[in-house]
Amino acid sequence: MKHKSVLAVKLLSISKLRKTFGATIALNDASLDLNAGETLALMGENGAGKSTLIKILAGTVAPDSGEIHIDGQLAKLTTPISAYRLGLRFIHQELNVIRSLDVAENIFLGRPYPQRFGLVNWREIRAQAQDCLKKLGIKHISPEQKLSKLSVGDRMLVKIAAAFLEDPAAPARIFVMDEPTAALASEETKRLFKVIDELKRRACGIIYVSHRLDEVLAIADRISVLRDGAVKAEMNANIATKSTLIEAMIGRDRVESQQIIPPVRSESIALSVDRLNTPALRDVSFNLHAGEILGVVGLAGSGPEFLIKGLINEAKAGTISLNGEPVTIREAADAWKFGIAIAPRERRSEGLLMMQDIASNIALPHLNKFSLLRFFLSRKHQAFVARKMGVQVRLKARSSQQKVRELSGGNQQKVMFARAIAGDPSVLLLDEPTRGVDVGAKYDIYALLREIAEKGVGILVVSSDHEEIIHLCSRIMIFKDGRLVNTVVNSEMTEQALLALCYGESQDRIAC
Amino acid sequence: MLMFLRRYGTLVGIALVFVYFWISLPDTFVTSRNLLNITQQMSMLAVVGFTMTVVMSMGDFDLSVGAMASLSGIIAGIIFVSGGSPQIAILAALCTGLIGGAINGFLVSYIGILPFVATLGSMTVISGLAFRLSGGKTIFGSIIPTSFSGFARGGMELWSTELVIPNLTLVALGALVFIYILLEHTVYGRRLYSIGGNVEAARMAGVRIKPLRLIAFALSGLGASVSGLMYASRVASANPTQGASLMLDSIAAVFLGMTMSDEGQPRVLFTLAGVLILGILGNGLTQLNVDSYVREMITGSIIIAAVAASSLSRTRTG
Repeated sequence: MKHKSVLAVKLLSISKLRKTFGATIALNDASLDLNAGETLALMGENGAGKSTLIKILAGTVAPDSGEIHIDGQLAKLTTPISAYRLGLRFIHQELNVIRSLDVAENIFLGRPYPQRFGLVNWREIRAQAQDCLKKLGIKHISPEQKLSKLSVGDRMLVKIAAAFLEDPAAPARIFVMDEPTAALASEETKRLFKVIDELKRRACGIIYVSHRLDEVLAIADRISVLRDGAVKAEMNANIATKSTLIEAMIGRDRVESQQIIPPVRSESIALSVDRLNTPALRDVSFNLHAGEILGVVGLAGSGPEFLIKGLINEAKAGTISLNGEPVTIREAADAWKFGIAIAPRERRSEGLLMMQDIASNIALPHLNKFSLLRFFLSRKHQAFVARKMGVQVRLKARSSQQKVRELSGGNQQKVMFARAIAGDPSVLLLDEPTRGVDVGAKYDIYALLREIAEKGVGILVVSSDHEEIIHLCSRIMIFKDGRLVNTVVNSEMTEQALLALCYGESQDRIAC
Repeated sequence: MLMFLRRYGTLVGIALVFVYFWISLPDTFVTSRNLLNITQQMSMLAVVGFTMTVVMSMGDFDLSVGAMASLSGIIAGIIFVSGGSPQIAILAALCTGLIGGAINGFLVSYIGILPFVATLGSMTVISGLAFRLSGGKTIFGSIIPTSFSGFARGGMELWSTELVIPNLTLVALGALVFIYILLEHTVYGRRLYSIGGNVEAARMAGVRIKPLRLIAFALSGLGASVSGLMYASRVASANPTQGASLMLDSIAAVFLGMTMSDEGQPRVLFTLAGVLILGILGNGLTQLNVDSYVREMITGSIIIAAVAASSLSRTRTG
């Protein structure tokens, strides 16, 4: 996979980029080079300056000083269009798709539509869109499908495909991928990596940003580590290891905190699910013990991502019991009432009220407790509990009145945990608890979850990050085609073995 | 400077308009009598504006308030025609508003119709009903009991007989206090704002959206009928179009108020400022003998200018 060109052609050269926002220095004379035919991984904790650097390349943020050269020529990246014309393509981690439009039109978003006789040439649009999908080896998505009908993973694939739309007037040279695999399953990630290899063969350069160390080590030729707005380390990927990378990113060795002993589970069952059927799930039955962290994995679209919503939403059949008592749950409010706390997958769109302060966000499910006669709100009580919970989850913020949107991803996630444990739940349902969270905050969150479990809370963790599942969970449930096909005890589990389980079952199933 | 303008631009606007009228109408504008008169003139709009704030805090609209105000007046009028007492008339009118609003809320939250469409439809139905019940005529004259029309003429005397706070102003103040406590200091209000902030996040955090929305629309209907009764009392008559202007004016008042809030949230005290602007403009321009059509053009332009200034400063400061 990694091949070194004998003669390195400098494609992109960034020298001494500097950008300040008020008193904050986002980039402090950051310099890096990208050669043709190589993948450069850009790593760093949240706030290290990665996103600012990408925004400058994309032409949406202007640097205070510094220069960017493309093919040896000074590049003026003043607008997104100028970046596009210079051959830069971006795959952002946020899903900016238009659900009401079809796949082909989403791929052509912001690009000129092919025309015939002054009218839109739909056949050509579909054909070109089909080509883009083919490049990624995607056969299950057709250009005519509406985005609203696709899973989150498939939507991401469409977004990625859009970056491969060919334009003779502005051929693509440099691909900047910001957490492209955040919503992808392993087999889709593999396909993306194949495409990256192909791009390298065509002498394109790739800047790859990811929090997933394994992925970076697998795909990158070189790795640049940003810290405090400057490139603090550069290394060849073949000599880098996880611990050297983590050390470079956080500037201190926290590797020992990775050594994790899965918490002991007690015999008492916190949550029992019997033959749960939803539009996406078939006959799912399992027990979640008190004090246990139970992991849920599976390839994208195979069920894990529907489990938590399936437990909460009205459209379901099956029995859910809490501490032995059957309970009726029609909406999230019922779950909270019974002591089942939820931290949803998408922080921004379904988790937090970004414009409101930390205290209001933490208090929202528990407002009745902070009120007189369940009606008149006590802001004092609310702020007191918010502060107490903030300390418990090691939240870094100026005050409980700070707006949530001003916090980093990791701290926003902690606000969701603070909210979840503020009501002393007996069960905690977590969907991708560390998505888009930097490495430092990730280990904080793992430690926190273990603390919560030790208090006897049963925790269900749905995650597409297998490393995380292996670190955290005492048992792991594996989903395939909407069914729970396997539950394994996590002892000496490896990522390879877990992935094999995700795939293996499917082959058995096809065989019979 | 930009931050200051963004925060207080609308208040500065009120002050400028006020000073302009003060200078142009030195003898008649800033007199205790006229100022109290302004508060009375805007009291009906204020009540609807406050309850509209409740609905808009969830990010919804209620287009039926104007028609509902008219219908409430007509209902009271009809009861007077058939010899009913003011108490019965008022009760029936308020029930109409409450039930009509609840129906709006039901359509929006339980059936799932967009508020714009649901209340546009109900506006048309309610307006038609008001015409049907009244036969398209104005109910007026000796049929309206003096105890009913007298309410709007009365007031609470302060230090002298010169200084009388009109009853209608007192009703509006009461509504202000009620809605202020409801939105800012109750669990219900905070949940409404969470719906307005992010409905999906609110749902996942255990907020039961449907009943809350229904109640908010019911309150809006109730506010509209209170306002309709105030209007009927003030003009001692009821006709099927007299509340019509309330719908656009109340939404405009909330929007004017939103320009003053940090996060673009509707807050009831800011709505009061919006109502003040519209009230002062209306009073001053009338006294200057500005043609009513020109008055509408000026009012509309000011609303656009205020909202434009605030959204421009918002995009600049990020």
